[in-house]
Amino acid sequence: MVEYEAVIGLEVHAELKTKSKIFCSCSTEFGADPNTQVCPVCLGLPGTLPVLNKRVVEFAIKAALALNCKIAEYSKFDRKNYFYPDLPKNYQISQYDLPIAANGYLTINIDGKEKRIGITRLHMEEDAGKLIHSNDDISRADYSLVDFNRTGVPLIEIVSEPDIRTPEEARVYLEQLKAILQYTEVSDCKMQEGSLRCDANVSVRPKGSSKFGTKTELKNMNSFKALQKALEYEINRQIELLEKGIPVVQETRTWNEQKGITETLRSKEEAHDYRYFPEPDLVPLVIDREWVEEIRKSLPELPSERKNRLIRDYGLPEYDAEVITSSKALADFYDECVDIYDNPKEISNWVMGELLRLLNANNMEVEDSPIKPKDLVGLLELQKKGVISGKIAKQVFDEMFETGKDAETIVKEKDLVQISDVGELEEIVDRVMEANPKSVEDYRNGKERALKFLVGQIMKETKGKANPQLVNEILKKKL
Amino acid sequence: MLPLTREEVEHVAMLARLELSREETENYTNQLDSILEYVDKLNELDVENVEPTAHVLPINNVFREDKVWEGISRDVALDNAPDKEDGQFKVPKIV
Amino acid sequence: MEVTKLKAHEIHEMLKKGEISVRELTEAFLDRIDRIDDRIHAYITVTREKALEQADRVDAGIRSEGNTEVLAGIPMALKDNLCTKDIKTTCSSKILYNYKPPYSATVVEKLEEKGAVMLGKLNMDEFAMGSSTENSGFFTTRNPWDLERVPGGSSGGSAAAVAAGEAVYSLGSDTGGSIRQPAAFCGVVGLKPTYGRVSRYGLVAFASSLDQIGPITKDVRDCALVLKAIAGYDPMDSTSVNAPVPDYEKILDDNIKGLRVGIPKEYFGSGISSEVKDRVREAIDVLEGLGAICEETSLPHTEYALPVYYIIAPAEASSNLARYDGVQYGYRNMEVEDLISMYKTTRSEGFGPEVKRRIMLGTYALSSGYYDAYYLKALKVRTLIKQDFDRAFEKFDVLVTPTTPTTAFKIGERTKDLISMYMSDLLTVPANMAGIPAISVPCGLSNGLPVGMQIMAKPFAEDVLLKTAYAYECHRGFEITAPELEVF
Repeated sequence: MVEYEAVIGLEVHAELKTKSKIFCSCSTEFGADPNTQVCPVCLGLPGTLPVLNKRVVEFAIKAALALNCKIAEYSKFDRKNYFYPDLPKNYQISQYDLPIAANGYLTINIDGKEKRIGITRLHMEEDAGKLIHSNDDISRADYSLVDFNRTGVPLIEIVSEPDIRTPEEARVYLEQLKAILQYTEVSDCKMQEGSLRCDANVSVRPKGSSKFGTKTELKNMNSFKALQKALEYEINRQIELLEKGIPVVQETRTWNEQKGITETLRSKEEAHDYRYFPEPDLVPLVIDREWVEEIRKSLPELPSERKNRLIRDYGLPEYDAEVITSSKALADFYDECVDIYDNPKEISNWVMGELLRLLNANNMEVEDSPIKPKDLVGLLELQKKGVISGKIAKQVFDEMFETGKDAETIVKEKDLVQISDVGELEEIVDRVMEANPKSVEDYRNGKERALKFLVGQIMKETKGKANPQLVNEILKKKL
Repeated sequence: MLPLTREEVEHVAMLARLELSREETENYTNQLDSILEYVDKLNELDVENVEPTAHVLPINNVFREDKVWEGISRDVALDNAPDKEDGQFKVPKIV
Repeated sequence: MEVTKLKAHEIHEMLKKGEISVRELTEAFLDRIDRIDDRIHAYITVTREKALEQADRVDAGIRSEGNTEVLAGIPMALKDNLCTKDIKTTCSSKILYNYKPPYSATVVEKLEEKGAVMLGKLNMDEFAMGSSTENSGFFTTRNPWDLERVPGGSSGGSAAAVAAGEAVYSLGSDTGGSIRQPAAFCGVVGLKPTYGRVSRYGLVAFASSLDQIGPITKDVRDCALVLKAIAGYDPMDSTSVNAPVPDYEKILDDNIKGLRVGIPKEYFGSGISSEVKDRVREAIDVLEGLGAICEETSLPHTEYALPVYYIIAPAEASSNLARYDGVQYGYRNMEVEDLISMYKTTRSEGFGPEVKRRIMLGTYALSSGYYDAYYLKALKVRTLIKQDFDRAFEKFDVLVTPTTPTTAFKIGERTKDLISMYMSDLLTVPANMAGIPAISVPCGLSNGLPVGMQIMAKPFAEDVLLKTAYAYECHRGFEITAPELEVF
């Protein structure tokens, strides 16, 4: 049986966080009513001309430096010609043979090992508009509607080398790329808003071979999960074909989320001849090294550096540091907590544990968390003072997330203060022991489990408020 | 240079989203062929070591600041539209 | 009626002295258009109401603040590929038959600021592709010198209107000679500025690296005035140059002693009519008489300029015209049910044959497998052509040549022979290739038809160009005016 390996390359588009579009002064804000953020230039009206937004170049260079790329000394724009209703000029201003940056890499952590994924190139281009299809499906639509708000929003396209070998590696690469772009603050990278998009090129070949198999292009993967699932499906599909002796067709396929399969993309049946030529309406870019150094100096601490700092300064395990620094917002949240509460490991447990759990369950980003750093710290302080127990703290945390109220308020309202009064506890222990004579006897006969049962009963009685350590002490004494 | 074929002309028409009748295809094939024959003159020159002139001006780095200015209203944008619905441009089915 | 024969600077004197009001002036021109345009067919749209409104406004301004701006109140017209806000701008194409831009071209705004009065939009070859205005999607303009003949193209309407007294001056556009050639055919002055001297924002693009907007006027002084008004850096055009605009009119004088004039032999070859050559040589004699030093020279790559043009221009045009697809504006075939059919039928029905031909040629030249052989090669030969001029301008201040190989040909004479039609651009195209400024000035008649002399200078030397043209004009010893058209 031939063993196959997958060869994957990712093409990522990220919308840049500039205030205005790449070639005109329209706003780039997300979510406006259709066709309300447009002007003659981005509509491509006859006679209009593009003028380049300097900040787009700055952001592109910044992202490229964070990805260890070489910045070109001479760069230019080219026209990519094709017809589509979301493209007002029926050409896209992009970069072809002289992109702003090339030859970079990023490092991912897979199974505890570091792997470098090469970045072939990074270039700037303009985004197209948005299409809505009647009947919600392009293949069953009678007509389509076009909104040009998004045309002209600046994009950077980042193309990786085909160094990725598994769907998991692909997912981790994309997460790391997202983190880096967020850290440099050039993009929001919100896949659900479309400010981060990913296409993949996939092929398979017998393990150990150095020749590339026929690749297919995958589109329409709108989440990290979808990316991984689509790749898994496509790799299997290709392997199955080859095992049957059927060659893989080079084509573009779309991921069908509902059916969980990839399908041939019918709407792009024509051969793509983009007829690239230099954009005559824009003059070339000469990037002097001083400007590049200025931008390099403005680079913030990047994810891997920050991770190492957390390990070094706080003694966090690698895994924890990795998770926390995987998003800038999360890392910032963490740092803010540590600034006001001096127990990095405890905070790390809560951030990685309860916080992420609730955020993921509610499909929320850290930035939108109802619990802010000072709120978490407030909770931990209560726990430290013994006002509440650890178990109750978790309850309170959930409540805080739900209601947005702070810990103290909730504890007061729900009367969750821990019972640490020895006298009170002794009374309760006595009562429970009296009510469960069999368990008492079982324990005295050597059954450890009976102790747990009794503790459980006490907890039930006190609605979890009894101080568990004291309960254990008192019980043991009495038994 | 080989003479231009019908198939090539049909392919080019498709790339340019033009629809040609049989007669037009025939005429264009002949006309384009004679133009291409004329421009073939350029092959008399050896341009191996010549840089192409894509921009006749010696200027670089023309930028604008990242500022937002009001564009045009939706009504104005849609004013010339042959077909529209819900504040958007309407086009017939794509596939 | 007489006032329609005057130049802008002459009319300005009259306005200053209060001898005429702008309204009277405007009405005179509108009247003339009414009487003769049914024979000339220069206008696509006459903006009667707007012109009179503008006239009244300028009159009020003159009454309250006096009149120092020479172009204030001067009636002019614009080639129909210049965007005019809320006024039909068709590029003489069916595909834009009803298009009203929501903005005006920068040059239009500049002239409006000066108080110009716009009479209307002028006919042209469709999307500026042509040398006779016979490719207009609507009708052919006639040459006022002989109504059976073409006015030239693509700015045929612009040149004819000025020659026939239907506007004091006009703006045209020049990609391969489209201002200079019709100016020569119609016996008026036409200037193509240095590439980057005048903003292209609002000029519907044909070939982006070649297009320039320029004035068509009755004399050189008017040309200098209009150029001064429209030139200058525009932040909306990345290819417009940030260089100061000289006062072109103020520096006009007829002293050209010591001016070094080059006469490139390639422009006087066998393909040029001998009478045209004679007229131009006589003009060169005039320059010599004024103290210019004239010497023969050579621009060896001249014969390759036309083939280069017929690759670069259609290639850029094929991309610039891709946006005409019926989605946002203009003509759309509403009968079809799917997008691709909509694209194909809209474009095939909306574009005329020459436009389609050039789109196909350009698409082919850029297509996979042919880019290097055609487009890239053409860009390289362009470098050689430019280098010819760079070398020439080390030795000479200006170069003088005929503007066109022949005088105006008859309507229909060249429509069947493409290459012969393209050949009319032989002498004008090189200036576009190199991006240098060039002017055509009437220098005599041949068989009763005007002959134009072309003067070229190095980039941003429009001042030298205009001075040379002015000196010649002052001393040529004759006036050129189109024959009287019978007015009923």
